[in-house]
Amino acid sequence: MFEKALVGSSKYKVWMAFLLALMGIGGLCYVRQFNYGLGLTGMSRDVSWGIYIAQFTFLVGVAASGVMVVLPYYLHNYKTFGKLTILGEFLAVSAVSMCLMFIIADLGQPMRALNVLLHPTPNSILFWDMIVLNVYLFLNIFVGWVVLTAEKKGIAPPKWIKPFIYVSIPWAVSIHTVTAFLYAGLPGRHFWLTAILAPRFLASAFAGGPALLILLCLIIKRVSKFDAGKEAIQKLVTIVSYAALINVFFVLLEFFTSYYSNIPGHMHTLDYLFFGLHGHSQLVPWMRVSTVFGIVAIVMLLVPYTKQREDTLALACILLFISLWIDKGIGLVIGGFVPSPLEEITAYTPNPNEIFITLGIWATGFFILTVLYKIALAVKEEKLIA
Amino acid sequence: MDMKRRDFLKIAGISTIAGLGAPAALEMLLKGDAPASSFASSAAPAEGAHGAAPVTGKQYGMVINHRVFTANQGLAQQCIKACHVTHNVPDFQNPKDEIKWIWETGFENAFTSLPTSYPSEVIESKFLVLCNHCANPSCVRACPTKATFKTSDGVVAMDYHRCIGCRFCMAACPFGSRSFNWRDPRGKDDKGRYFIDRLTLNKDFPTRMRGVVEKCNLCVERLAKGLVPKCVEVCGDTKAIVFGDLNDPHSEIREVLRTNFTIQRKPELGTKPSIFYIV
Repeated sequence: MFEKALVGSSKYKVWMAFLLALMGIGGLCYVRQFNYGLGLTGMSRDVSWGIYIAQFTFLVGVAASGVMVVLPYYLHNYKTFGKLTILGEFLAVSAVSMCLMFIIADLGQPMRALNVLLHPTPNSILFWDMIVLNVYLFLNIFVGWVVLTAEKKGIAPPKWIKPFIYVSIPWAVSIHTVTAFLYAGLPGRHFWLTAILAPRFLASAFAGGPALLILLCLIIKRVSKFDAGKEAIQKLVTIVSYAALINVFFVLLEFFTSYYSNIPGHMHTLDYLFFGLHGHSQLVPWMRVSTVFGIVAIVMLLVPYTKQREDTLALACILLFISLWIDKGIGLVIGGFVPSPLEEITAYTPNPNEIFITLGIWATGFFILTVLYKIALAVKEEKLIA
Repeated sequence: MDMKRRDFLKIAGISTIAGLGAPAALEMLLKGDAPASSFASSAAPAEGAHGAAPVTGKQYGMVINHRVFTANQGLAQQCIKACHVTHNVPDFQNPKDEIKWIWETGFENAFTSLPTSYPSEVIESKFLVLCNHCANPSCVRACPTKATFKTSDGVVAMDYHRCIGCRFCMAACPFGSRSFNWRDPRGKDDKGRYFIDRLTLNKDFPTRMRGVVEKCNLCVERLAKGLVPKCVEVCGDTKAIVFGDLNDPHSEIREVLRTNFTIQRKPELGTKPSIFYIV
């Protein structure tokens, strides 16, 4: 079916060329980093994880969110999502691929990555994260491909695929839970040491991922004959609004516990992120933008007028996606390192080389996504014509 | 017998796999790193370093006598220099790439949860900090390749050849004791200055490569030869640092702990640091 990705309109080719160019630049920057070492990033002794691990964490959420269309369709027989499941699964494939690339980009000794398999260490959460992510990647490629092949042939998907689909549903929850456990089990990192981290991760994932899916559906409607349908999109809007509200609730719970308890360690990072700590307020503008965008987006998703018009809906989804990306893709990981265990404040600014590698990986993810969507949509269009 | 050959093979296969896996899993569960102590022991530090835990091996540790360091200005810097030369710790001359095994820091930085109402000579002085060689180290738990591990002497050691540079241990360490080789420590800067001084290069200890984590190793290489850690040797007869086995009730260090009021860094986290301070 891959041949379907090789032909397309001139717009399609320009888009792919643009992504390939970004991938090329990212690749060259990675060669530089590989030769010099991770010193070519903004990371330091105190802020020892930066934008790579932050993107990884955010994208695990996007990957997990595929379950928000798979679950209603397969467990509740919600037929309206039937056309969307393949898009959710392929979005997960591209997101997990980016996650794995960000992990490799972050390793000091990438050539030794397989040591995680050669010396399996079950007490390390990273070991489990490696397992759940790779299995999730396999499940989504496998299920997506089998179902799509059946659709192409005009037959029902084979019965034996059902167990794989059912397993993929809790598995989606597991990838983000295990990723939260990377952070939530570390003594001395107060900002991360909270039992609500995993649920918070899931809530923000189930808001951000489907918001991206809505945007993708709106784009697809314009560039192909495939229309997800108003009902399906509005149902996604409902899912996004609930998840976004729950996420806000969880964030407020963090604020309550920290500031009512008045325990300094619990307040420090929130101070640093939202108000500035000892005159250091590098991330404050970002977090405030995230807050404002989040609130505006939620209001727009609740008001019937703005949520039903496609242009305002798209804007709301973009604002929400940016808001959640800042919250998780910047604030959560980098904020957790400030102040340091010795209560020193070290600023982190990504190096341009690091930013280009990040863009290159995002471009690779979108390249994978475009190819997979192109194939899926070509199959669906053939059916429409027939 | 109506069981098909195919079904039989399936069951046989699954049983074999289960049979192979089970003993290993069981062994892991039984052996486990069962917490070596109870809540009671952490509430009774006077019992000794790590309470009345069943003594299964050595747990080397140190008592840093801050009063002696205050009386001997410059001694701490000598310790740091000796350590860094002995272990070929590179000097990048910038805080971003910095690698340090042992260093001096303020009271509030070393003891983040203690009140700041102590005498000003304590609050305003610098404290020597290093890896705590915790009895229950969170870095060892986090490492996905066992590149950092506890030795039978209780040292938290590193295998620089196995480390993949994921830096999970750096996030897990509550004491900021770990450094990462952001760039090649064997290299030199733009002016041609080597990061590891060629004149003082210690050929008996390996230099590291870029992309791996490193930290104080409590001089395992010296302990193996029956020597004390370098910083302890530098302090010599001043007894500014007392080194010994915390699990041996007859050791000198246990005697010091019995007769002095000591504090640890962040004991509330339960990592059981093996470095104690007389303030």
